Amino acid sequence: MLHIVACIKQVPDTKIIKMNPKTNTMDRASAPAILNPYDAHAVEEAVRLKKRYGGTVSVLTMGPPPAVKAIKKCIEIGADAGYMISDRAFAGADTLATSYALTKAIEKISKIKPVDLIICGKMTIDGDTGQVGPGIARRLDMPPLTSVNKVKEINVKEGYAVVHRKLEDGYEVIQSTMPCLMSVEKEINEVPYSSMSNMLKAARYQPIIWAVADLEDVDRPQLGLKGSPTIVSKVWAPTKPSGGTMLEGDAAQQSQQLLNILLEKKELFAVKGGSGVEF
Amino acid sequence: MSFEDYSGIWVFIEVKDGEVVPVSLELLGAGKELADKRGTELAGVLIGENVTHLADYLYEYGADAVYVYDDVIYKNYRTESYMKALLECCQKYKPEVILYGATSTGKDLASAVATDLPTGLTADSTILDIEEDTGLLLASRPAFGGNIMATILCKKYRPQMATVRPKVMKALTPEPGRTGRLIEETASIKEDDIRTKVLEIVQHTTKKVRIDEADIIVAGGKGLGSASGFQLIHDLAETLGGAVGASRDVVEAGWVEHHHQVGQTGVTVTPKIYFAIGISGAIQHIVGMQNSSLIIAINSDPAASIFQSSHYGIVGDAFEIVPLLIEQFKQAFNQEVIDHV
Repeated sequence: MLHIVACIKQVPDTKIIKMNPKTNTMDRASAPAILNPYDAHAVEEAVRLKKRYGGTVSVLTMGPPPAVKAIKKCIEIGADAGYMISDRAFAGADTLATSYALTKAIEKISKIKPVDLIICGKMTIDGDTGQVGPGIARRLDMPPLTSVNKVKEINVKEGYAVVHRKLEDGYEVIQSTMPCLMSVEKEINEVPYSSMSNMLKAARYQPIIWAVADLEDVDRPQLGLKGSPTIVSKVWAPTKPSGGTMLEGDAAQQSQQLLNILLEKKELFAVKGGSGVEF
Repeated sequence: MSFEDYSGIWVFIEVKDGEVVPVSLELLGAGKELADKRGTELAGVLIGENVTHLADYLYEYGADAVYVYDDVIYKNYRTESYMKALLECCQKYKPEVILYGATSTGKDLASAVATDLPTGLTADSTILDIEEDTGLLLASRPAFGGNIMATILCKKYRPQMATVRPKVMKALTPEPGRTGRLIEETASIKEDDIRTKVLEIVQHTTKKVRIDEADIIVAGGKGLGSASGFQLIHDLAETLGGAVGASRDVVEAGWVEHHHQVGQTGVTVTPKIYFAIGISGAIQHIVGMQNSSLIIAINSDPAASIFQSSHYGIVGDAFEIVPLLIEQFKQAFNQEVIDHV
């Protein structure tokens, strides 16, 4: 029986977020807090593996108390249990301090029930790094398997997993010992609408919440802002493009002007071909 | 940690199918500027099987030194073996900065190395600079879905590390015959220590141009109306020898596969020419293509925000303009070839 832990995060929806142009800070009120979209695929994959091989899915998050909502969303997807670590001491953590805190929580979860597999989303849409998953793997001394777009096989008895790892021009098939950590691509699955029974379960669900004091062997200087080697020194608004030249006229005139622009770059078209037909 | 012990700018050299990948050469170009500012050495770290000869090529692209780990154990990229080599190299030679391409390999390796060292790691940087006197690396990147830019520092740890997006930095013009120092190393790792095996590598056997490497991208959006309307994009891409890109809507509608998607949840691209046809220009698309050298937008809606991010804009019907362009381009280009003959 597999015990899978999916690590998730509640994030502001960066698709619709508004920025305060004076301070270059996010207007958090402008964007709803959602389950990081990539993490939904991580949880869905965990649930699918549970259905294939039997087992339990736990989800884990670090965040302020309202992040309970993201855990409830995971229960809707089909997770069995939710854990949250929440403490002011975690605030301001970069990827290194985040992976440390989550590792401490996973160590505690492992004492309740040993963990066979950890699944993370590819990255979060607010941090955009993808660094926390591999960080957790290193700290727990598990092989990190990033860019996973298919879990081909899990052999619980012999303790190995076979996955496809997405590459820029294809994929590689990797066999890894378990326990291991996978960070999964969005394309690995589609998250279906939740069942009514899961939604009802989620509505009532209360996760287990731990503060720093509830975790064991924590080296406090490694937490939060203090434990973060990287700091943000400056933020600025990307220069708003003011737009370029509009090509006027009828379709024939417009395409002629476009052609002239392309001909100025003709070296781009000449390098690869020669015949002018096959580029 | 005494910072004086750390010197030199390093670039992790990624090798694929026996060749150095373009982003590694771009990073040598960017690293050279940093090294010159600091008055220090630029080095490549080259890991693989039968790769030592590539060092000569790296010197021509600006490397003063190349640390090489050449062994059958590094035949395929695996986090554990590559990480071990790089960690040991770091501990022995103490660089002040290590740059990696923000590719699946580079990101995977950098994340693991940063955790073990430990040190700070800035993801997906698009601007690099360094303070001459302190050696503080200023790595800037888009954040919050491209809504802001942020400069990230790592003040208290060395080496400072960053992954850098492909196609943002410029490779140097190679200097034939330029040489450098070769430092051959071996790491204390055995096959039995590695818990993963690469069983197979499957490459997409498409002859089409890869979107992340393309000099020309023709991207289409919802404005094309339907999957059959989207054929126009394929036609223009084929004529220009470019790759096909798409907005998220189009991918979600199933007109093209996900690997064509440009933007925050797709691929970041920086081609020399980017066509945005029937694409409205949502911020999450813009962040994926805004660094393209030349952006041309065609949209029937004069108020489409894509025009704000374009160098040239055409308000009009793509179904009229693009076929004309294809025709004229074919004629003009053949004419050009004849001129040279």
